[in-house]
Amino acid sequence: MISNLCAFILAQATIFRRNPGFYQNLAAGQHPKFMVIACSDSRVCPTTILNFRPGEAFVVRNIANMVPPPEQAGYPGTSAALEYAVRVLKVENILVIGHSRCGGIDALMTLKENTKRWRFIDNWVKIGIPARAAALEATRKNPSLQHKCRTCERTSVNGSLVNLLRFSFVKEAVSNAKLQLHGGYYNLAEGSFEYWKFGANGKSGKVLKF
Amino acid sequence: AEERIKQGFLKFKNNFWLKNPQLYEKLSAGQSPKFMIFACSDSRVCPTTILGLQPGEAFVVRNIASMIPACGEAGFPSTSAALEYGVLHLKVEHILVIGHSRCGGIKALLTTDPEKKWSDYIQDWIKISTPVHSNQNHSHDIDERCSCGEKESVNVSLSNLMTFPWIKSAVEEKKLALHGGHYSFVTGTFQYWTPGSDKVDF
Repeated sequence: MISNLCAFILAQATIFRRNPGFYQNLAAGQHPKFMVIACSDSRVCPTTILNFRPGEAFVVRNIANMVPPPEQAGYPGTSAALEYAVRVLKVENILVIGHSRCGGIDALMTLKENTKRWRFIDNWVKIGIPARAAALEATRKNPSLQHKCRTCERTSVNGSLVNLLRFSFVKEAVSNAKLQLHGGYYNLAEGSFEYWKFGANGKSGKVLKF
Repeated sequence: AEERIKQGFLKFKNNFWLKNPQLYEKLSAGQSPKFMIFACSDSRVCPTTILGLQPGEAFVVRNIASMIPACGEAGFPSTSAALEYGVLHLKVEHILVIGHSRCGGIKALLTTDPEKKWSDYIQDWIKISTPVHSNQNHSHDIDERCSCGEKESVNVSLSNLMTFPWIKSAVEEKKLALHGGHYSFVTGTFQYWTPGSDKVDF
């Protein structure tokens, strides 16, 4: 750990010295245009996959990039970050990014009633139960677990976007065209990124693939 | 925004993904990071940037002020779930909690009245680090108090980690090590420590 940090510091000191104006601006305050909600998975850092520079994106990372609905009292972590981003930082975009091979979605899809595997993970991924229902409906003709999981990774992003709109301050900002919601899906095996807009009416726009 | 997202991804794909096929073949099969990192959501302090992390190296949680609630605290499931996954499932070997300069969450903790309602969610979250108040340096300079608070909050999180029985066992069996850090983008420095040890300035 310490040798990693030493290497970082040497590299950072060089970057810092070469960009004094940039870091001076950052020291004065942050004005990100994006809030990004992504999974904690080590393979899917949004800074890496979308090339964000310091100051560009306010980022929340949790298991399976979930946003709990506001009425679920007792889930303040993600809600607090959302409140800060929208009300204080006044971000212009919120992007929720799901990804392939998501362990949290696997846990959701294999969750069984009355069987406790994990004390906290099972309770957390239950936020995605509506997304799971949507995925099961969509995969009735091809019910392999793999296909169900891949589908749920995408329906879960929409589930989070739906929950975002249930926060009054988010709904207000979206209705006033001050905030735009977006969905994304990163396939790390394929090296592709699917992108779609998410409207104030709760409907997804056309999916583009980069 | 669409164009920014597209161009950002294509830059990553051309400069990194396409140039590392073996890495991505391995990562497609699964992840086995040695590190779990808690960092603030602040746009200026992404741990990937400040620590030069490669894909697959660190399981990362980002929330306001990189806080970790104690195990017994009902109603904080996102962090507990991530800890359960990181330590019991992924079996990370290190947890690093990083605070940072000019942290809005810590400033709010030190300058707002907890008895008055000023937010829907933020104040319920930042009260995790209420113990910071008793370790204050009582300086009249708010920047100094915040800087002290940012580091003390990391210590509160490190203590809270030890309230999780499976984390306490792993630390005592030397399968897991805990580390604290404080990154300043004002001075371009990183302070590092382990619980109970002196801070090292890099």
